[in-house]
Amino acid sequence: MTKNPSLLKNPGIDSWISFSMDGLINVRIGKVDIGQKISTAIARIVSEELDLDPKRIMMVMPDTILSPNEGMTSGSNSMEEAGNAIRLASATIREILMELAARELNTSVASLEVTDGTISSRETDRITNYWDLQEGRLFNKAINIEAKVKPGNLYGKSQTRYSGADITNIVTGSYKFIQDVNLNSMLHARPVRPPNINSKLDQIEVEVEGYLKKKGITLIRNGSFLAVAGMDEYEVIKAANTVKRSAVWKQLRKFESASIFEQLKNNKRISFKVLDGIPIEAPIAADKKIAPNIKATYSRPYVMHASIAPSAAVAKFEENELEIWTHSQGIYLLRASLAELFHMPDDKIKIYHRSNSGCYGHNGADDAAVDAALIAKALPGAAILLKWTRQDEHAWEPYSSAMVMELSANIDTKSKIGSWKHSTFSDTHVSRPKPGQKGLGAANLLASRFLDPPIIAKPMPPNKMKHGGIHRNLEPLYGFENQLLIKNLVRNLPHRTSALRTLGAYANIFAIESFIDELAEEICVDPVELRLNYLSDQRAKACIKAVVKEIADIDANQPNHGWGIGFAQYKNSKAYTAVAVHLMVNEAAEIKLLKAVIAADAGQIIDEKGVIAQLEGGFIQAASWTIYEEIMYDDENILSIDWESYPIIGFDNIPDFKTILISMPDEPFLGVGEAVCGPAAGAIGNAVLKATGLRVRQLPMTPSNLRSLALKT
Amino acid sequence: MIDFTLHVNRKNYDVEAMSDTPLLFVLRNNLNLTGSKLGCGSEQCGACAVLVDGESTFSCAIAASSLVGKSIITIEGVSENGTLSAIQKAFLTEIAAQCGYCTPGMIIATTALFDKNPSPKKQDILKALQKHLCRCGSHARILTAINNMQSDHSQND
Ligand code: FES
Ligand code: FES
Repeated sequence: MTKNPSLLKNPGIDSWISFSMDGLINVRIGKVDIGQKISTAIARIVSEELDLDPKRIMMVMPDTILSPNEGMTSGSNSMEEAGNAIRLASATIREILMELAARELNTSVASLEVTDGTISSRETDRITNYWDLQEGRLFNKAINIEAKVKPGNLYGKSQTRYSGADITNIVTGSYKFIQDVNLNSMLHARPVRPPNINSKLDQIEVEVEGYLKKKGITLIRNGSFLAVAGMDEYEVIKAANTVKRSAVWKQLRKFESASIFEQLKNNKRISFKVLDGIPIEAPIAADKKIAPNIKATYSRPYVMHASIAPSAAVAKFEENELEIWTHSQGIYLLRASLAELFHMPDDKIKIYHRSNSGCYGHNGADDAAVDAALIAKALPGAAILLKWTRQDEHAWEPYSSAMVMELSANIDTKSKIGSWKHSTFSDTHVSRPKPGQKGLGAANLLASRFLDPPIIAKPMPPNKMKHGGIHRNLEPLYGFENQLLIKNLVRNLPHRTSALRTLGAYANIFAIESFIDELAEEICVDPVELRLNYLSDQRAKACIKAVVKEIADIDANQPNHGWGIGFAQYKNSKAYTAVAVHLMVNEAAEIKLLKAVIAADAGQIIDEKGVIAQLEGGFIQAASWTIYEEIMYDDENILSIDWESYPIIGFDNIPDFKTILISMPDEPFLGVGEAVCGPAAGAIGNAVLKATGLRVRQLPMTPSNLRSLALKT
Repeated sequence: MIDFTLHVNRKNYDVEAMSDTPLLFVLRNNLNLTGSKLGCGSEQCGACAVLVDGESTFSCAIAASSLVGKSIITIEGVSENGTLSAIQKAFLTEIAAQCGYCTPGMIIATTALFDKNPSPKKQDILKALQKHLCRCGSHARILTAINNMQSDHSQND
C-alpha cells in the first residue's frame, strides 16, 4: 500500500503519462513549477526510467481538465509525491511495453535493451519502439506500486546524458509568464486597494465617473472591492491612481499599537504540548526538579514573500463558464474555493496554471485570481489580464507571522544538558484557500472580505499535523533529556498570515541553533562538539563534519570576523543540512557574508545542479530574512510598500559558496528548497557573536538593531 | 495619443502611445516584445532593463516618446538571428536562473557592462548588477556564469 497521496488519488497510468504518435511522450503532474523547476527533475526521472532522450519528453502545464489532482505544491513535497508517482508510472509502463515487445519480437524480456525508446534484442535483429507498440492507445491500467524502478546509482549512466534544466527560453526572453498570456480582445485591469484591511468603502467622488468615461475605463465595484479595466495598460494604471485618490474609506479598526512581540505573548492563545512533532492536548507542566538555569528569548518580525513579480491572473467569463489562468500553487483547491464563492458547479470553472516569478509559499497568486474573476464576471465575454502593482504585492500578500521563541535549559553539575524547554508563539502559517469547511475557502481569499455582503475569514484551526506550521522543527534532533515543547497559536494579531517557505521551521531552528551555541559557551565546550555529542543520527553527523572540515583553514581570527555553524534535519524526517558561515561586521555595523559552506544529505540526487541551486538560493533568501527583512507598519498603514521600504539582499552581500552533496543513492529523494533556511540563520547569528561579541536574539540583524544591542550590552 | 517612431532591435516601428507612456508598456503591449518584465514600475528592481544607445536603462518609468532616434535593444535583440550571445550562453550553461523573471534584466546589465569593458573586475560586475534584484537567490550562479565567460574568453585570447 502506498502512502503517497498523489498516487492514492490518481492511481491510473493514463493520468500521468501518455504517448503521442509523433515520437514524443506527454507527462502531466499536478504539482506546479513555482520557480523550483520540478518539471526538470520529473522529466529526468521519465528519461531515466524509460531510457528516453529528454527532448522527447513534453511536460504538460497543469490544468484542472487533464492533470492529476495533487492538491497543493508546497513544503518540498513535490519530488516525494509527484516524483514518486512518475517514477512508478514510468516503471509500470516499461514493464508493460517490455512484455509487448518480447511478444512482438518473439524473444525474451530479459534479452531486451532500450535506447531512446527503441527496443532491440540480442537474440534477433528486429527492432520495435514504444510508439509502435502503444499505437496511441490508453493504458487503462493502474500504476504498479511494486514496479521495478531503476536503482538510483544507475541514474546518469544511460547514453542520453542529462545535463540539467534547459533555460534557453528564459535567456532569450521568450518564456511566457502569466503576465505574457495574450488572448484576443484582452483588457488590462488593476485592483484599487483601500488603505488597509480594516477599511470599508464610504463613497467615490462623482467627478471620477466622467473622467473614467472619457478615458474608456470601466470601474468595477462590488461592496468595497474596487478595480478598473480598460484597453490601454498605462491608462488603467493612471485610472487606478485617480480612483484611489477619490475614494473615501471608513476605518473600522486600527492596528494595535502595542509591540507585536508583546501581543504574541499576551493575546489570547491556544497552546499544545508537542510530542514527537505532533501537538497534543495534554497538561503542560515542566518537571520542577530540573528547573532551567539558563534562558533566552528569540524573535523575528513579520516578513513577506516579496516575489519579484507582483501577482497576476487572467480570467474570462462567458456563457456561464469561468476560465482562469493563474500562478496559484493549488489549482484544484482554488477551483473549489471559487465554486463556493460564485455558487458555480466545479466543472464550469477551468483553471490553467501559468508560471509567475518564484513565490516561496502562499503569496498573492490566489487572491489575484479571484480579483480577476470578479472583474471577468462583471464584464462577460472579455478576457481580463489583472496585475497587482508592486505596492499591492508588498502591502496585501499574506505575510509570514512574527514569532517569539522562548528557550530554556538546565545545565547540571556535570555540564550535561539536563532539560530543554522550547515554547513558540505565532499566528497561523497556513491560511490557503481550502474548500471543505463551509464558506471557509472563499473567506481566505483577500477580496471576499470586501464584497457585499463580506465573507470574513474565521480564525484558522490549529494545525495538528506532524511538524505542521508553528511547530515545524520545534522538536530538536538533539537527544536532550526532559524536553518540554510547546506550540502557542496566538489570536487577534494585526495581519493576514499564511505559508512562507519553511513555515515555522526557520525561526524555530534559528532559536535552537543560537541557543545551543549559548549553552556551549556556558559549558565551555566547542559548539560543534556539543552538537555531535547530542546527535545519534549518523547522516546528521556526517553533514556537520563535512562543513567543519571545509572551514578548518578559514582564518576568522581577524578583528570583526567570525564563523558559525547551524544544522537541522528539515521536519526531523527530510533533508539534513549543515551550514557554516564566515562573515565580518564592518564599521557601519553591516554584516558582510564572505563564505558559506553547505553540506546536505537529500537522499538520492536526481538533478545535482538543481539541488545545489535550491540550497544556495535558499541560503541567500534566508540570509536576506535574517539580515535585512522586517515589515514596518503604523496604526493604519503598511509602510513596507516597495523595495526601498523593504530592502532585500543584493549582489553586494553574496558569499562564496562551497556546497557539498552527500549522495545516498538508495535513500528516497527529498526536497531541499526549505532545508537550508533555518541552519543558515543559526550559522549567521553564531558567526555574528564571534565577530562582535553580540548575541542577536531579535531578527533582523540590521545595523540599527546591532547598534542598539551594542548599547544595551 | 501621439505617433512616433522607435528604433528597436535594429528595426523601426511606428508607435501610437501617450506622450508619457513608459517604454516598457510600449515594448510589451504595442510591439509584443514581452521579454522585458514589469517588476516594480518605479526603477527599483531592474526586471525591465533594456539597452538605450548601449546603456542599461530601466524602461518602466522612462517615456517611450523621449527615446525617438535612439537605438533600443531588448532581451529579444540580444541574440542575433537566433544565435545566443556569449553572455546568454554563459547563463544557459550555468543555469543561472531559478524562476527566470529577473534574468532578462540581468543579461541586459551584463551586456552593457561587457560592451564597455570586456574584462571587468569583480567590483565592476557587482556595481553593474547592484540595482538588479533577484528573490530566488540566483546571484551566486549569475556571478559564476559571468566569471566562466571571462575565463573562456581569456583562453581564447
Ligand atoms: S520594473 Fe523597472 S526597475 Fe522594476
Ligand atoms: S531567478 Fe527568480 S527572481 Fe531571479
